[in-house]
Amino acid sequence: MMRPIRFVLFAVVLLAAASNAALAVERFPPPEFTDHALPTTQFAPARPAFIQYVDVALLAGGLALASYLALARRSRRGLFVLSIAALAWFGFVRHGCVCSIGAIQNVALAAGNANYTVPWVVVAFFVLPLVFTLFFGRTFCAAVCPLGAAQELVAVRPIRVPRWLEHALGLLPHVYLGLGVALAAVGTAFLICRYDPFVGFFRLGATSAMLIFGGCVLAIGVFVGRPYCRFLCPYGVVLGWLSRLSKWRVRITPDQCIGCRLCEDVCPYGAIEPPTSALSPAARPAVRGWFVFFLVLLPVLIAAGAVLGSHLAVPLSRLDPAVELAEQVWAEDHGLTHVTTDASDAFRNTQRPPEELYRAAQSQRVKLAWAGMGFGAWVGLVVGMKFIMLARYPRQTDYEPNPAACVSCGRCFWYCPQDQVHRLQTTKDTKNTKTAC
Amino acid sequence: MAEKSPTINRRKFVADGLRVAGAAGLFGAAGLLTMRRGGEPINNLWQIDPNKCVACGNCATHCVLDKSAAVCKHAFRMCGYCNLCTGYFEPEAAELTTGAENVLCPTGAIVRTFVEDPYYEYTIDEPKCIGCAKCVKGCIAFGNGSLYLQIDQDRCMHCNECAIAVACPSEAVRRVTAETPYLPKDGDPES
Repeated sequence: MMRPIRFVLFAVVLLAAASNAALAVERFPPPEFTDHALPTTQFAPARPAFIQYVDVALLAGGLALASYLALARRSRRGLFVLSIAALAWFGFVRHGCVCSIGAIQNVALAAGNANYTVPWVVVAFFVLPLVFTLFFGRTFCAAVCPLGAAQELVAVRPIRVPRWLEHALGLLPHVYLGLGVALAAVGTAFLICRYDPFVGFFRLGATSAMLIFGGCVLAIGVFVGRPYCRFLCPYGVVLGWLSRLSKWRVRITPDQCIGCRLCEDVCPYGAIEPPTSALSPAARPAVRGWFVFFLVLLPVLIAAGAVLGSHLAVPLSRLDPAVELAEQVWAEDHGLTHVTTDASDAFRNTQRPPEELYRAAQSQRVKLAWAGMGFGAWVGLVVGMKFIMLARYPRQTDYEPNPAACVSCGRCFWYCPQDQVHRLQTTKDTKNTKTAC
Repeated sequence: MAEKSPTINRRKFVADGLRVAGAAGLFGAAGLLTMRRGGEPINNLWQIDPNKCVACGNCATHCVLDKSAAVCKHAFRMCGYCNLCTGYFEPEAAELTTGAENVLCPTGAIVRTFVEDPYYEYTIDEPKCIGCAKCVKGCIAFGNGSLYLQIDQDRCMHCNECAIAVACPSEAVRRVTAETPYLPKDGDPES
């Protein structure tokens, strides 16, 4: 009988001590009002998640419609209208977030950090365009991506970029993809979101630097078709690979190509490859020699890139908030600086030992060293592959779009005389059948 | 044409098979990535941990929204109901009245009402609050710390990378689940 009572007494004493400790934190004990009910703090509930289902449904529907318009209907006008709708919804209504381009980083972070749960909507935005591209080519770029749509609208006076410049600048998206994935996987930054040129317009507000950058991309886009898509977009790189393997893709002419070259002039994105003449037997050994040389050079470039990339750990860690804070705290503790930052003040308030912070920063530095090495090797691989691709001599008889570069905008359809003839015939046929009926 | 060249047909069949396998692989990898957490709720909402917040004022200026999604909340059960509220009055206030020259809040978003001698109650007029955290700073420094910032989940854009989280000096902004969208200072909001 005594034991339970003793236990209860003990518990009461403990509870009292605990509540005293809790009260001691409050400098002014809350009063006990006699006839005043305390108001409750209001918390607005999170917006319902159904909008996410709408987004994914619209993405899938948009992709299907864009593929139909580009490949079956061959309708430039339809693609144009759809791209304006995509710009309105995914851009201005949904403020450009979530987007497939940024989703690369979420997937990379989920692959690199097991504590991060990637939302399924983001994964859907990442995967759906990839799957569609595997079958229908880059129809996502044509009319579903709001960034592409914004640039499609302003491309009114496109000039042709010289081939050599196109090839050189075409390496940039690969580098950007590598950097974005490396930094996201380590958890340092979402670089691709931070430097999205148009999200400031979609949200009607951004830092002045980003608005100027976005304005510049649009201004350049008047003369150079889709500068972001061609020379920066990291998602376009992945879509380009898959587009090479696609089952169906945009073909310029529905019939026989007559080599009139009208399509080559009208493509604002330099995607149309001219036919190649047969290689003379005398030139064959030289071409094969270059090809083999670049094939051998590839591992060398990768190794060199990895070695150079491992030196990127220091500049990359400048972007990491944990490393930056650790360096600041270390500098303060060793008398190198007398100016504290908000972050170092906040850290001092937590009373955590600096050693803990140094350890976290060190592990982050090691990770960034590996990420830098991977990034360097990636750049080596990209440059090496570019050389190999340039050393090839593909046989081509017609004017055909390069599947990796073609964004299925459909401008070439209208300019192809064969397409016009085809259209006239089909409309005449339907008229004839109508009158016959 | 297709009937004439069976090798092309076979090649096409293999290529189609590879494409379908590729698509299935992509979907499978995506599913694996989403399901890997064993059905744990997805933490895609951003919220401020009030115990880490240092009231630096970055929330007001760095949010992508014009009027920041961060707003002040008041934990009424923690408040001391002081007459001289250091979250409400300027440090050198000439007199303890609601005059704008005496008041800390730049937008007049805190409402001061008399309850009983000597206690005053402070409530937040949220549409006016810009999340500058001036009151939070004053309350943490000299009061009970009952004023704190939270991200209004009704207005938050759920950006992929939260601009406030990037700008936060104390790593106080973190991802939370839809089940616990708020981190109130005085425990469960329901109780």
